[in-house]
Amino acid sequence: MILVLLIGILLLAGILAGVTARWSTRWPRWISLAAVGLDLVLTAAIWTDRGSSAGPWFDEVDCSWVPGFGIHFHLAADGLSLLMLILTFFLGVISVITSWTEITERVGFFHFNLMWVLAGIAGVFLAVDLFLFYFAWELMLVPMYFLIVIWGHERRVYAATKFFLFTQCGGLLMLIAILALYFVHHQATGTYTFEYSELLGTPMSPGVELWLMLGFLVAFAVKLPVVPLHTWLPDAHTNAPTAGSVILAGLLLKTGGYGLLRFVVPLFPRAAHEFTPAALVLAVVGILYGAMMAFSQTDLKRLVAYTSVSHLGFVLLGIFSWNPLALQGAIVTMICHGLSTGALFVLAGGLQERIHTRDLGRMGGIWTVAPRLSAAALFFSLASLGLPGMGDFVGEFLVLAGSYKVSIALTVVATLGILASTFYALRMMQRAFFGPNTNSLQLADLTPREGLIVGAMVAGLLWVGLYPQPVLNTFAPAMDNLQREVQAPAATLRR
Amino acid sequence: MNVTDILALLPLLLIASTSVAVMLGIAARRSHALAVGLTVAGLTAAFLSIFLAAPLIPRQVTSLLAIDSYALFYMGLIILSAAAIAVLSYQYFEKHDGQREELYLLLLLATLGCAVLVASVHFVSFLLGLEILSVSLYAMVAYFRDRQHALEAGIKYLILASASAAFLLFGMALIYADTGTMAFSQLRELSPGGSSLMLLAGIALTVTGIGFKLGVVPFHLWTPDVYQGSPAPVTAFVATTSKTAMVALLLRYLPSGALQNRPVFWVFGIIAIASMCVGNLLALRQANVKRILAYSSIAHFGYILVAFLAGTSAAASAVGFYLVAYTVTSLVAFGIVTVLSGREGDLDALEDYRGLFWRRPVIAGMFSVALLSLAGIPATMGFLGKFYVLTVAAAVSAWSLMLVLAITSVAGLFYYLRILMTLYSAPPERPSLIPALAQGSALVLGVLTIFMVCFGIYPTPLLELIRAMIGGLN
Repeated sequence: MILVLLIGILLLAGILAGVTARWSTRWPRWISLAAVGLDLVLTAAIWTDRGSSAGPWFDEVDCSWVPGFGIHFHLAADGLSLLMLILTFFLGVISVITSWTEITERVGFFHFNLMWVLAGIAGVFLAVDLFLFYFAWELMLVPMYFLIVIWGHERRVYAATKFFLFTQCGGLLMLIAILALYFVHHQATGTYTFEYSELLGTPMSPGVELWLMLGFLVAFAVKLPVVPLHTWLPDAHTNAPTAGSVILAGLLLKTGGYGLLRFVVPLFPRAAHEFTPAALVLAVVGILYGAMMAFSQTDLKRLVAYTSVSHLGFVLLGIFSWNPLALQGAIVTMICHGLSTGALFVLAGGLQERIHTRDLGRMGGIWTVAPRLSAAALFFSLASLGLPGMGDFVGEFLVLAGSYKVSIALTVVATLGILASTFYALRMMQRAFFGPNTNSLQLADLTPREGLIVGAMVAGLLWVGLYPQPVLNTFAPAMDNLQREVQAPAATLRR
Repeated sequence: MNVTDILALLPLLLIASTSVAVMLGIAARRSHALAVGLTVAGLTAAFLSIFLAAPLIPRQVTSLLAIDSYALFYMGLIILSAAAIAVLSYQYFEKHDGQREELYLLLLLATLGCAVLVASVHFVSFLLGLEILSVSLYAMVAYFRDRQHALEAGIKYLILASASAAFLLFGMALIYADTGTMAFSQLRELSPGGSSLMLLAGIALTVTGIGFKLGVVPFHLWTPDVYQGSPAPVTAFVATTSKTAMVALLLRYLPSGALQNRPVFWVFGIIAIASMCVGNLLALRQANVKRILAYSSIAHFGYILVAFLAGTSAAASAVGFYLVAYTVTSLVAFGIVTVLSGREGDLDALEDYRGLFWRRPVIAGMFSVALLSLAGIPATMGFLGKFYVLTVAAAVSAWSLMLVLAITSVAGLFYYLRILMTLYSAPPERPSLIPALAQGSALVLGVLTIFMVCFGIYPTPLLELIRAMIGGLN
């Protein structure tokens, strides 16, 4: 029941925030903070308590929803969902705090959307009924659209519309694939169901499997993003308000990675196996292309956005390499990218609030006036370029170690991506924070509120970087289950 | 004709007698409130009489009308939407001078025509119902005869509807010449197998007539102009009630067996694909809310035809669910245009809606839900309608139709987002005056919005009702 509560609290808090805003703008902020904080505590409670449960799920809720179609309201959490949920609520708290002074207009509606987008994301990470999954998948789009289109920057309408159209196009193709899977399963077994665990291992011909996998893949590849489908990302990230950028980079992209892990490979193991070479090439292209584009940007937020394309390429590489090392790497990369890139967006947003520009050419020498802010930026840039001791390094190292077993050549090329990340991260530091203060910028240093955010994210990155074992342990049983699903049909084939 | 027959026909009889009552009322005393009151009371009575007729079904009343659960379901839908439109019209026409009462007379007659259509199983009742509907609509469309657009719309509708009725009649004549019968049931047994050219030509000509009323491509040319030129509540009627009745008739007239016939299947397939593409693409560049909704309705009937083409036993239910969702959603969308319109003209330019959310959050919120429902976003009925349509299409592996549906709805999303974005952007410096919401309209819009969301989240009761009442059509 606690899983329903997690989503319910957010939905309710959203409505309360919208209603109470008419009395004071403090109400929505505190209500949202309390709600997301409560969710974070509840999730942590499930996490510490996880040893006591039997079966694949730590906790689940299952009731019939639309019996006419065999649709269930089925939420369940395993280690994978749990890690993603913790990330969701952690970044949720960060987004609420970071909007504290940035958002001054229409505060109530802002927090309504913020809470509802978090609820949609939590639903995506928890749903194990494919209909419910699609429901949550689409539902998180609408509030995100509003966050960009109302509180965004210069080209917000363009960015928000592009974001919505790209995602919706992928989503509808996935819906068709879901329905096709539903009927294929019915033909094979005679039951109509959208239940994840029952649809696993549905027998189907290789051709059908490939098409269905592609249907799912498109939706997740748009979100992740995989390179030819990434063009919405720089626009959306750049034009969103800070909280929107944090959620986009930290969470929405992760729903794509999560979908690949949870659905694409386990549901269609043979097709995914066939598709592996193409996916690995796309991943490597994404890593290098993202790094190259990041290097040539002059807009700070756009630069950070392109680094996401590069980092998420490692996630794709890890998932399609599909061995324990690579999978662990992919999940650690997803979490750490959420923290480090989220933090960079918080800092970029803070800078924009102070000096009203994101243009690197109009920055420079910020270290001399705002040393704490600059030091924080340096820390997260170093994390982003993969300095050992911080989480990103662990993730990318594990991914490369895993993919080495699958393709040595591609791994070597992907490693160049880490090298390239040094260039763009250091260039950003040098252009914005070091050197003389030629534009005679005057700005306040980090406030205690921002210091708190940055401190929490630094702690998270260092923790995963120095002692990743708890994360890996949480993920291990879920990973074993996923791998068993994938290997079972392969084994039967061999027999 | 005996007492039982009359009881079964009670919904039709009550609508007809209400129109007489309204007419006599106007003769005795001109009062707008009285006319609306009588209309809504009559429609309510007609709706309640459905429950009286329900124990008697299925019943064939003369060879023209079949009162079965299918007919009763659609009558219920038609009567309720007509009643909602009558309530919304009150606020709208109250602002206008001149003679407003006759509109309700016409509204009742048009509703009667629709109710006849959904029960008809014979060409004669088909034509009678259609003409009662059309003739009332000519006058309703051009009700503000001093407005330029209204007159243009009225004449356009008059000419095109008469022409399509002529096609329909000729088609009926050809079918009769070939089969020697005017009952739909005879046609059902004849069409799948070896059909003569004359029969096929007859069916094609009748499809022209039906396609015109549905406003599907290539019979859609009247749609944007008539939607724009008509008074907003009349637009709502044209968009919802009259089209619902026509789809209901289409399913009875061309049962799934007829779709076994390749030419018939292809004709409808092409119409469906063309409607989805043309409707969604032409709406992209419009700057008038009524015109956008007009093109969007063309696309929606394309989606409905996809379900119709599946031709399975679930198809009728999918079409039924989609029609309910579409009716509820469109009533909210057009209802909002209706209640926001002033006396000079309808509030239909996209610019007029700029920043509406920050001035009137509740109305704009309802409008947003309606737009999201039209776009097929989850937690609304529109999504489940689309889901149901895709489900029946997937069941017969109609992948190309599904792909067209998916891709064109993404294009469609673009213009819904445009309206949505306008609602939420910063309000203009000197905003236009927006009238307050009358209680009746607020109630109707509120209830419909709650329907849209509740059945969008928990559709089971509605699904079961639809499956029970119209699932067994074929």
